[in-house]
Amino acid sequence: MNAAFLVFFVVGTIAVASSILVVAMRNPVHSALFLLLTFLCVAILFVVKDAEFVAAVQVLVYAGGIMVLFLFVVMLINVRHLPDDRTLSRFWKGGVGVGLAIFLLLATVVRTGTYHEQNPNKKLLRSTASHRVRKVTNPDGSVTRKRVVRHRTVGNSEAVGMALYQDYLVPFEVASLFLLVAMIGAIVIGKRELSAPEEETSPDFILKRMETEKDVKEAMSA
Amino acid sequence: MPEAIPSTEAYLMLSGTLFAVGLIGVIIRRNMITVLMAIELMMNAVNINLVAFSHRFASLEGQVFTIFVITVAAGEAAVGLAIIIQLYRLKSSINVDEASELNG
Repeated sequence: MNAAFLVFFVVGTIAVASSILVVAMRNPVHSALFLLLTFLCVAILFVVKDAEFVAAVQVLVYAGGIMVLFLFVVMLINVRHLPDDRTLSRFWKGGVGVGLAIFLLLATVVRTGTYHEQNPNKKLLRSTASHRVRKVTNPDGSVTRKRVVRHRTVGNSEAVGMALYQDYLVPFEVASLFLLVAMIGAIVIGKRELSAPEEETSPDFILKRMETEKDVKEAMSA
Repeated sequence: MPEAIPSTEAYLMLSGTLFAVGLIGVIIRRNMITVLMAIELMMNAVNINLVAFSHRFASLEGQVFTIFVITVAAGEAAVGLAIIIQLYRLKSSINVDEASELNG
């Protein structure tokens, strides 16, 4: 039992427990906070598997960005909780059954697989390959071009970055386009109807405040 | 001797557990925000799978794909939450069962 196993078991247990709590909690704020805990645990598990850059992105994007978005929406919507309000859907038994069946299926597939666990070359996860064309003079005097691949050991971040910008440049740009489309879509869906009259689009508390202000003004002028 | 770390199989089991929990959450919860959170949980389980296999095959492809999955999750969360807000304006409720207009 070395440190990596200890980390895996402790952090993995916390991750599974908090993920169950995400589903089980009544209050969405509690769910969001347990989801944050799950994300952080998963980031630690990524570090154990030598994926430091992905772990950093996980913390930045998930724990930093998406969770803030979730919490914003939870605060914005502010649903009143009725004590007798049902949290679970009426076919929750079937849902749990389907989930357990999927888990059994996945567990069976995972357990019966053979993995040929070797000691993977950790250097490959943190090295970049650069291609270079070199002129080679053959023994008979002719000159041919030869492609030389040089592996350089760098950090994991630099290796992933080079892979993103060299081998996966087109998917990377498509991802940026996807984010643009998602941003425009979110704005268009989320905005109020600008041309509609104010009374229809303003939330109740603003209308109430406007009425109160009007009353106060009338009282002052009277 | 290199330091031994948890096997790919252990990671796959963990990821399967998280995925099943997320699936159960998607099916049984009525609160739309929690449903979206459960979807994020499932995406995270897939990420664990990708990273585990990336380590097993000593190849960076898994980590690159994980970054793309995170990108897609971010976009999906943004659009999903916008839809939830708009639905809340329309119906004053974020119950999944309320959104049944398209139900023949």
